[in-house]
Amino acid sequence: MNGSVVYAIAAICLIVSFIKSREKTRLGVKKALKSIVKLVPVLLPMMIIIGAVLSLVDAQFISRVFGNSSGIYGVILGLALGAVAFIPSFVAFPLGANLLQYGAGYPQVAGFISSLMAVGFISFGVESRFFGAKTALIRNLLGLLACIVFVILVWGLMK
Amino acid sequence: MNTVKKYKWTIISVLIILAIYLVNSSKGLMAVTLTVNNFKTMLSVLPPIFIIIGLLDVWVPRETMIKYMGDKSGILGGILAVLMGAFGAGPLYVAFPVAALLLKKGARLANVFLFLCIWSSMKLPLLMYEWASLGGRFTTIHIISSLAVYVLGSLLMERLLSSKARDIIYSNIELV
Repeated sequence: MNGSVVYAIAAICLIVSFIKSREKTRLGVKKALKSIVKLVPVLLPMMIIIGAVLSLVDAQFISRVFGNSSGIYGVILGLALGAVAFIPSFVAFPLGANLLQYGAGYPQVAGFISSLMAVGFISFGVESRFFGAKTALIRNLLGLLACIVFVILVWGLMK
Repeated sequence: MNTVKKYKWTIISVLIILAIYLVNSSKGLMAVTLTVNNFKTMLSVLPPIFIIIGLLDVWVPRETMIKYMGDKSGILGGILAVLMGAFGAGPLYVAFPVAALLLKKGARLANVFLFLCIWSSMKLPLLMYEWASLGGRFTTIHIISSLAVYVLGSLLMERLLSSKARDIIYSNIELV
C-alpha cells in the first residue's frame, strides 16, 4: 500500500481523535513517540545491514544459482537466500519473473520468493525483542514450513 | 557509555559498510544508496503506523479487543486477523508493534500469529502484484497453501508454547 495513504489515514485518525479528546490524543501521540525512540537502536542496524547485503548479492548471482537444472539444491538455496535476503516485494516479483525468463525453474523461484516474504533472518532481532527469541523462532519456522509446502505444490503442479 | 552500548549494532553495521567500501568502492557506494532507500521506505510507513497504534492504544478498550479477538472469539477472531493482515501496509517489521498492541489488549495468541503470517506473505496489494508478475496459477497455489499452513500452524504454535512462555510474552509486551 502506498505510504501517502497510510499518512492520510493517520492524519484523519489524529483529527478525529483530537476533536473527541485533546487529552487522549496527546497521550496517544506520546506513546507513539516513545515506542519509536525505543525501536530506533534496533531498526538502524537492520536498515544498514540490509543495504550492505543487497550490494553484495546482485541479480546475476541469484540467476546463476537458480538454473532450471539446479533441482532440489536450487530450491534449498532459494529458500536459504530468500530467508537471509531482504528485498522489497516490488523488486522481488519482477526479479522472479526475470529469473523465469532467463531459465530458472518455477520451484526454485517459488522457494526464493516465498521465503523472502515469510522468513526474516535479518528482522529476527526486532521480532524477538517483541515476542522473545523462542516465539520468533517458531514463527519463522512456521513461515519456512509454509514455503516448503508451497514449493512441493508448485513442483507437482507447474513443472 | 550507555548510548554506545545501545547503538553497538549500528556502529558495527556502519563499519561493515565502510569495510565493503574500502575493498570495492562502487559496491560500498551502492550499499549506502540501498541503505538510504531502506530509510525512505521506513519513513514512508513507520511514523504514521505508530501514530495509529498509539491512538488505538488509547481509544480501544481492552474488553472490545477481548470480545472480538480474544480467547473466546472463535472463527470471527481468525477472520479478523486475516483481514487485518491482508490490509497491512509496509514491511513485516512494521507488523511487530501492531501485533504487540493486539496482545497487550488481550487478543488470542493464535490470532496474533495468524495476523503476522498473513501480513508477511499475503498482503492484498502484494498478491495483486504477484499475480501480475508471476501468473495466476502460481499465486493461487501460494494463497491456498499458505493459508492452510498458517491457520493450522498458528493454532499449533499456540499449543506449543507453554502457559509460562505465554506469560513471558505478555509481560514482555507490557515493557515494549
